[in-house]
Amino acid sequence: MAEPTSTNDYLVTQKLVKRFDEAVAVDEVSLSIRKGEIFALLGSSGCGKSTLLRMLAGFESPTSGKILLGGQDVAKMPPYDRPINMMFQSYALFPHLDIWENVAFGLKREGLPRDEIKQRVGEMLDLVQLGTFAKRKPHQLSGGQQQRVALARSLAKRPKLLLLDEPLGALDKKLREQTQFELVNIIEKVGVTCVMVTHDQEEAMTMAGRIAVMSKGRVLQVGSPEEVYEYPANRFVADFIGNVNLLEGKLTVDEPDHCAITTKLGVVSVGHGVTGALNSNVAVAIRPEKIEIGKTRPDQPVNVFTGKVKEIAYFGSYNTYIVLASDGSRIKITEANTSRQDLSHITWEDDVFFWWGTRSAVVLRS
Amino acid sequence: MQSLFKRLTNRGFVIGVPYSWLLLFFLLPFFILLYISFVDMGSDIHPFKPIWDTETGILHLKYENYTSIFRNGEDGVMFQTLYVEAYIRSVWYALCTGVLCLLIGYPFAYFIARSAPSVRPALLMMVMLPFWTSFLLRVYAWKGILADQGVINKLLMAVGLTSEPIQMLYTNVSMLVGMTYVYLPFMVLPLYANLVKMDFRLLEAAYDLGASPFKAFWLVTVPLSKAGIIAGFMLVFIPCVGEFVIPSLLGGPENLMIGRVVWDEMFASNNWPRASALAVAMIGLIIVPLAIYYHYTGDAAPDAHKS
Repeated sequence: MAEPTSTNDYLVTQKLVKRFDEAVAVDEVSLSIRKGEIFALLGSSGCGKSTLLRMLAGFESPTSGKILLGGQDVAKMPPYDRPINMMFQSYALFPHLDIWENVAFGLKREGLPRDEIKQRVGEMLDLVQLGTFAKRKPHQLSGGQQQRVALARSLAKRPKLLLLDEPLGALDKKLREQTQFELVNIIEKVGVTCVMVTHDQEEAMTMAGRIAVMSKGRVLQVGSPEEVYEYPANRFVADFIGNVNLLEGKLTVDEPDHCAITTKLGVVSVGHGVTGALNSNVAVAIRPEKIEIGKTRPDQPVNVFTGKVKEIAYFGSYNTYIVLASDGSRIKITEANTSRQDLSHITWEDDVFFWWGTRSAVVLRS
Repeated sequence: MQSLFKRLTNRGFVIGVPYSWLLLFFLLPFFILLYISFVDMGSDIHPFKPIWDTETGILHLKYENYTSIFRNGEDGVMFQTLYVEAYIRSVWYALCTGVLCLLIGYPFAYFIARSAPSVRPALLMMVMLPFWTSFLLRVYAWKGILADQGVINKLLMAVGLTSEPIQMLYTNVSMLVGMTYVYLPFMVLPLYANLVKMDFRLLEAAYDLGASPFKAFWLVTVPLSKAGIIAGFMLVFIPCVGEFVIPSLLGGPENLMIGRVVWDEMFASNNWPRASALAVAMIGLIIVPLAIYYHYTGDAAPDAHKS
């Protein structure tokens, strides 16, 4: 990705590579992360995101490349000398120590005076609202409470960089939603720069300011959640983040303000130009929620297609339709349930029209 | 109904077998021992007398069997007897053996627990392999190694470190070497079982929080293996207190251990009641540390099942 240029960049990795025997886990990753931002590494398991995080923490040493933190190369530093702390996925709380001792562990290693340790542990426990649990052992706390202890422990040393490994992975769904806002609030209150690893795109999108999508050891796209979702850089990112219909075709018209792609379904008009060679193979990506569905032909000149409803799934807040299009491809369409009486009465085997605006689809060249 | 009845009897059988085993082969012999420890010494072919006089019908408990362990005669000084000395010596050498086994066994167990899962069975096998040869043979082998004309002395003299052989056999050193060697697997196995379950991410967490590898080991690994240390120590300490064979084969004549004293009372002096009293007192001596052990493992239990 883009080489670090701005002096704003606080954590910079330069062509970081990690090889295990012959397998390349992390392949020339160059990232720059700004001070105070929450940055997410997003990818499926085995994409190298955890190895990258472990290299930042110091548990793995890079095969080659640099890790600059505030201008200082920390790649060769052992983990216990790095001003970086990590919140482990399993929390890794010391089972033989109580909550207070767990939070104080890092401060004691620094050899701080007792009064200061006492004061800072108190602050941390107040921050995560666990002051009254100081004397409990970790196994006496719920999963959510353990997670907050782990956060307090990793923040206690006032690290320059906080690493979160699947921060919400061990919590159940309901608790996760509530916790992710709490977690972001605490991190922003402290103002620490934060790199998190997750396989859950929702988690990445709600918590992080910027996301790096990773696959097979490489970073495919870096951007804000909106950028990554609305303007995916390639087929993998479009497919990985959210749901998408990909229509393969050839670029037949390419003007600065619009272009047209001839697919098997028909000609798709897109309201932006692509600087690509005519007749090159491209894909049109269209999100299911950006497609509209109805039984009557809409008053729209382009991007209207026909098909037959094959499946309907009711999700409460929205419906998902799988439509068998005229060319035999299956198109996924979601419609919000805005009113209780669904007037469209679309049901199985209905012949329907589906359409989208010229600004809704994205052309992907790779 | 029938199946319920069947299940109950099956369960009763399963529970009953170990109970009756303990009753028959532990509790009953113990009470016989306790009984003999309170009677008078026999005179002829009977090694001890019945507890009540058959002629007068008077029940007679002979406490002297116990009091004489701790005091010579009526006017002797408390705790200054051959027996008390032997007890203290036995406990001391058992403690030394326990500590030596811990010092040698811990790195052993740690190494096996940290090695790749595929080689662990082979390494554990090597720990247990000596059990396949006769215990006596192995102890005798040490005689060959430690004797004046043994391997070590010959080597030392050949190198020129010493001109005369160093007396190693029949000393405390040779006895401790033998006991440590024999009991080492009893330390390694429970320690291994404990260490292999340890979550090594906790060590990473300790490094991450600024602990050096040594500090992390001392502050995380050692406290978390407390139950294994105690179990291994007890498994070494308890049999070592009463150990008879190794001290008599490798130990010096001046080091009279309690196992040897019991043997002497039983077979040399033919004083079964005194030997029994000594044995009962030894059981008491061992139950105390055992009670401490269970107290601690009882405390450690909630930690153990925490993932």
